[in-house]
Amino acid sequence: MGYMTIDGRKVEFTDEKNVLSVIRKAGISLPTLCYHSEVSTFGACRLCTVEDDRGRTFASCSEEPRDGMVIYTNSGRIKKYRKLIVELLLAAHCRDCTTCVKSGECILQELAHRMGVVDVRFKNTREIRPIDDSSPSIIRDPNKCILCGDCVRACEEIQGIGALGFAFRGTDATVMPAFNKKIAETDCVNCGQCRVYCPTGAITIRTHVDEVWDALADPDVRVVAQVAPAVRVAVGEAFGMKKGMSVMGKIAAVLHRMGFDEVYDTTFSADLTVMEESEELLERLRRKEDLPLLTSCCPAWVKFVHDQYPEYVHNISTCRSPQGMFSAVIKEYYRDPRNTGGKKTVVVSIMPCTAKKMEAVRPNSFTKGKQDTDIVITTTELIRMIRNYGIEFSTLDPEACDMPFGMGSGGGVIFGVTGGVTEAVLRRLTPVHEKAALDAIAECGVRGDEGIKEVTVPYEDMELKICIVSGLANARKVMEKVKNGEADYHLIEVMACRRGCIMGGGQPTRAGDRTKEARTKGLYNADNNMILKKSDENPLVLSLYDGLLKGKTHELLHNKES
Amino acid sequence: MLDQSYYDKVDEIIKHYGRKASSLIPIMQDIQGEYRYLPGELLTYVAKEIGIREAKAYSVATFYENFSFEPKGKYVIKVCDGTACHVRKSAPILEAIFKELGLSPKKHTTDDMMFTVETVSCLGACGLAPTMTVNDEVHPVMTPEKALALINALKGEGA
Amino acid sequence: MIIDNREKLEEKRVSAREEIASYQCRILICAGTGCVATGSQKIYDTMVEMCKGLENVSVEFQKEVPHLGVVKTGCQGVCELGPLMRIEPYHFQYVKVQQEDCREIFEKTVLNGDPVERLFYSKGKEIFARPEEIPFIAKQTRVVLENCGSIDSENIDEYIAAGGFSALAKALFDMTPNEVIEEVDRSGLRGRGGGGYPTGRKWKQVARQAEKERYVVCNGDEGDPGAFMDGSVMEGDPFKMIEGMTIAGYAVASSEGYIYVRAEYPMSVARLRNAIAQAEEHHLLGDNILGSDFSFHLHINRGAGAFVCGEGSALTASIEGNRGMPRVKPPRTVEKGLWEKPTVLNNVETFANVPNIVLKGAEWFRTIGTEGSPGTKTFSITGAIENTGLIEVPMGTSLRDIIYEIGGGIKGNGEFKAVQIGGPSGGCLITPHLDIGLDFDSVKKYNAIMGSGGLVVMDEHTCMVEVARFFMSFTQRESCGKCVPCREGTKRMLEILERIVAGEGRLEDLDQLEELAEMVKSMALCGLGKSAPLPVLSTLKTFRDEYVEHIVEKKCASKTCQALRQYKINPEFCKGCSKCAKNCPVGAITGKLKEKYTINNELCIKCGACKDNCAFNAVYVEA
Ligand SMILES: Cc1cc2nc3c(=O)[nH]c(=O)nc-3n(C[C@H](O)[C@H](O)[C@H](O)COP(=O)(O)O)c2cc1C
Ligand code: SF4
Ligand code: SF4
Ligand code: SF4
Ligand code: SF4
Ligand code: SF4
Ligand code: SF4
Ligand code: SF4
Ligand code: SF4
Ligand code: FES
Ligand code: FES
Ligand code: FES
Repeated sequence: MGYMTIDGRKVEFTDEKNVLSVIRKAGISLPTLCYHSEVSTFGACRLCTVEDDRGRTFASCSEEPRDGMVIYTNSGRIKKYRKLIVELLLAAHCRDCTTCVKSGECILQELAHRMGVVDVRFKNTREIRPIDDSSPSIIRDPNKCILCGDCVRACEEIQGIGALGFAFRGTDATVMPAFNKKIAETDCVNCGQCRVYCPTGAITIRTHVDEVWDALADPDVRVVAQVAPAVRVAVGEAFGMKKGMSVMGKIAAVLHRMGFDEVYDTTFSADLTVMEESEELLERLRRKEDLPLLTSCCPAWVKFVHDQYPEYVHNISTCRSPQGMFSAVIKEYYRDPRNTGGKKTVVVSIMPCTAKKMEAVRPNSFTKGKQDTDIVITTTELIRMIRNYGIEFSTLDPEACDMPFGMGSGGGVIFGVTGGVTEAVLRRLTPVHEKAALDAIAECGVRGDEGIKEVTVPYEDMELKICIVSGLANARKVMEKVKNGEADYHLIEVMACRRGCIMGGGQPTRAGDRTKEARTKGLYNADNNMILKKSDENPLVLSLYDGLLKGKTHELLHNKES
Repeated sequence: MLDQSYYDKVDEIIKHYGRKASSLIPIMQDIQGEYRYLPGELLTYVAKEIGIREAKAYSVATFYENFSFEPKGKYVIKVCDGTACHVRKSAPILEAIFKELGLSPKKHTTDDMMFTVETVSCLGACGLAPTMTVNDEVHPVMTPEKALALINALKGEGA
Repeated sequence: MIIDNREKLEEKRVSAREEIASYQCRILICAGTGCVATGSQKIYDTMVEMCKGLENVSVEFQKEVPHLGVVKTGCQGVCELGPLMRIEPYHFQYVKVQQEDCREIFEKTVLNGDPVERLFYSKGKEIFARPEEIPFIAKQTRVVLENCGSIDSENIDEYIAAGGFSALAKALFDMTPNEVIEEVDRSGLRGRGGGGYPTGRKWKQVARQAEKERYVVCNGDEGDPGAFMDGSVMEGDPFKMIEGMTIAGYAVASSEGYIYVRAEYPMSVARLRNAIAQAEEHHLLGDNILGSDFSFHLHINRGAGAFVCGEGSALTASIEGNRGMPRVKPPRTVEKGLWEKPTVLNNVETFANVPNIVLKGAEWFRTIGTEGSPGTKTFSITGAIENTGLIEVPMGTSLRDIIYEIGGGIKGNGEFKAVQIGGPSGGCLITPHLDIGLDFDSVKKYNAIMGSGGLVVMDEHTCMVEVARFFMSFTQRESCGKCVPCREGTKRMLEILERIVAGEGRLEDLDQLEELAEMVKSMALCGLGKSAPLPVLSTLKTFRDEYVEHIVEKKCASKTCQALRQYKINPEFCKGCSKCAKNCPVGAITGKLKEKYTINNELCIKCGACKDNCAFNAVYVEA
């Protein structure tokens, strides 16, 4: 608590961790390339440096606010130094902005512009290093890396994976996996969080946009889209709309305009997942075996268990993820010659997630030996497609999804936030449909952005113990407890990305706290606006069980043993 | 694949320092002391045994100058280029040795694995600058000529 | 032997002194890194061999302590004169002792007490028989180094005989931890690792932390190239530093200490290991020290080759098994140091000062040195100086005294140009500064820093641009690469300096250099980066004309910068033998046999082969 003077104005501070937060509160956006409140403070870019009244310079991200501090954020010399720092970074950087996918969202590029760096006086003498495109999800271009370490800390501290690290030192320092292995040869789970944290184009999404355009251009192909819940709350912002606003209708419209033959909402198959997974939970509770049940809708988490806790692989739900279920159902539908119309069907899945690209090619999720999801693109790639096409997104009239799978429940929508799967399962498990009962579930502790939440809910004659986790470092903590017999959960829901898919590795980056909250809120609002709340209320789901899925639920909705 | 004896030796070293993250550096030092380099496989093994990630172990190993994933020559020569030695003309000594052995700042070890040549910043014998060491034995008051004579003597010994 | 109370310590002291006094003859052979390098091990072996079986002569090194070889140590600072041998009780100091001299020493001195005069140090006509007569030593005030060179650093008995561990006993039994801290605080002791932070204040800050688990860490990384003071203390008197650390442990209620020793000091590690083992064996370290309820355990960590690990947070990171990358502060080491616990981190020399302060009191300490910087400081003087070596003088001693009185003046009667103080993080002092007394505060006024105590003396043959380039290449190479100003900034500064010494500089380079220097100094994360530009700034300020000369006239007056040398043939001496031309790798030399040869400087790559090969000294270098 106290006051400090920032550029001559008095600013109050309360519990701000550092001077940087106070400065931001005062409405000044200091450049930063290495500060993220969720990971440890690194202090490497030095751009947030300010000067105090005694001429002392210090990095504001790593200084505690003190009462009576007098600081200048933009003194003449600091400004000069900052500009020189950006110039130095650019000098050791492959400056291919025109062809860089990050262009436009790149913080380095923006800073160069903001600082007015119009001339780089030093030659780039860094040796050119090969691009690592081994991963199905991300591409690493070390030539664009500015060594801020954000990815290293995200992967280590948030995800507990530590696939990336610094190697060597001084100007030889490089960010790379051990022994400069390919990222695909490491324990990387494809979550893409490194890419979310990366301020430059050094880690980007492996893009599949061209494949989509090709499919759309092919008259013999029926292109079917499924759009995941978290996508709808992250697109609008890119087109100048309110943060977190759900724009599913506009997405359906834009996809139709681009030529998608059918557009579906993944919430529909999320409902299927809820049905199957609830059943599986009850079954395991009855058998008292393979508990805790571990959710399976997040492929990064599933890979994490395979790599780090192989002894718990059989605890993972055999349910396919909503993406997998949907694609299987669509493919099955079009396997029927009465439906094909002589066209080949390509399923394009539009996801907030880089790991879904890996999931799609994982053989144990195939049906009859064939890949169901043909192409996965991320929210970021969708935005790029919209821009490419040139459609005025914000003014589009919303359209509905297509039939026969175009309807989902609120339970499916909230899959995109941490706790959503659990909440949907609990809704499914409760026999009542009254709003009060659903509100009680919402308030039992499933919501909220904490990384680890424990809830205990009565179910029939027992207490269901559930743990809801987001962030794999948190998952590791929970799994260690389980392993050491310190926890006896019945169900563990894990989303690899902190706060769930709304913060997935394929979402637009540069999402600060406000964006995160807005996206979460956006999904809960969408849920509020749905008529159906419970997955078991979804009539399309029910009719599917009686129709297409009859006798095939296992084949289509569950993974094979891996 | 390394011989099992390497892993036995490493187990012994790990046991001595304890299975904890902070043992990494001393363990690597002892491995390097044993084999005069740090075989990558062993680093991976140590990381697993002491419960740290491979990327972390690699990042630590590459940070410190003393660790080398490349086997070193029979004679490791370190020419001091600390201030005291530099002002007393250590650079020509290094040049002479590089020239004699066909090495450079990029290539440290001779193909016959006889010599590895490195620089070091002060050996603590500045009073006798310029200095160099051969397998940790300090040689004082060097000149390019003395250095070459030394190398030729070593060549004779090694042959 | 177990010494589990104060009385036993005193008993031990009496017996150890008696034993030493009982020797008819003590042969003290220097076994510092320097003298070992010049062959003192062989001298030692030879002397042992000769003295074996000698009836009535007890020779110092025949004690039942685990030796590593040579008994005596403690670099006396005159390594250039090594191997050194001192013989007590005659107090003869022999220098440059060779193996061939051993027989004579044995027969004359050991057996008969007669001197071997030719082995005394001499300068001109003057002969110095006793160590303290040698001007280099006579002008010093040895507090930290008091035992270095006069006791066996591998034998705890000798340390005890010299008064060792009485300070620890005094602290443990006569003082509260708080009183110890107060004493250190009042003494005005400031950190000898370079920064000069008040040690007592640091200890107080640790003592008042809520967290009870605390650590004491000794910084023995001594990475400044050309500095070897701390190494000499660790080698020459390891017990003193250990005692200081133990007292610090008692003062701040810590029971674990770590010593981080630089990789290049294997001898320090060996001596420390031995000292710790002996101290533990005697219960002067470990559980219940001297029978008190204070316990203190010491561990040694070896560096692995990274200068930046001398920085506090990098050092603790390294002990924890991480990359030695400095971290942002706050939190400071005193709050969250090693394993995020409150930590006292001090330099070797700082700790080595502690026992005397506790024993003799703050007032005594304040009688030495200056008001703001009490006590002594060790320096290593190197470069263009007659006597290079390790010295200890009161704070406030002038450069002139150090260079001329102790150092014997500029080598070869050269002309003093500058002295680089503080190593790669320091700056240059020049003639007008010769008479300022060196202490933490005075040096700062002249854009230099005390640093750890490296003094590089430079004469007219030194090129200041090249000196700046040298230090920059050091810091650039040692930058951890974490923060942008240092990683990228030092790299560009070095590029510019390299360009200038290669004769390819441009005048605007100087502005760019200054621009970069100011930025790196203000924006870097840790002390390495913050201080890396200082040699450049300091030389740019004092010797700007040299820079300009390199750039504009493409001239290096000191003839240091190879690329700027002009090789010429003096027609008066040239006999026209053609040897130079035959040896020139680029065919830059032409001429007719038996006539005068000439060098085409456009072609010349300054390899020097012509000069080396001319038998008539006709080739010379023009600046
Ligand atoms: C790059 C760098 C290198 C350093 N190297 C050493 C060193 O080798 N020895 C040392 O005692 N202090 C060194 N220091 C200073 C330490 O950070 C620290 O201030 C000191 O050890 C504290 O002890 P003192 O108060 O007793 O001096 C270094 C600092 C920096 C920034
Ligand atoms: S990473 Fe940023 S600065 Fe670099 S090329 Fe891409 S857009 Fe440009
Ligand atoms: S912004 Fe400049 S560099 Fe980029 S495309 Fe346009 S003209 Fe070219
Ligand atoms: S994708 Fe996830 S697991 Fe892989 S390197 Fe990036 S952060 Fe780590
Ligand atoms: S890859 Fe990106 S996040 Fe990682 S260090 Fe490089 S620039 Fe920073
Ligand atoms: S939490 Fe969601 S976005 Fe993140 S990896 Fe898992 S499925 Fe993908
Ligand atoms: S100043 Fe240099 S050594 Fe210090 S943290 Fe920055 S890069 Fe590392
Ligand atoms: S070697 Fe000397 S003497 Fe002979 S030609 Fe050359 S300069 Fe003249
Ligand atoms: S210095 Fe070398 S290149 Fe120049 S003239 Fe002499 S021999 Fe030829
Ligand atoms: S944001 Fe503070 S140093 Fe990078
Ligand atoms: S500078 Fe070479 S030994 Fe110290
Ligand atoms: S090592 Fe013997 S005097 Fe320095």
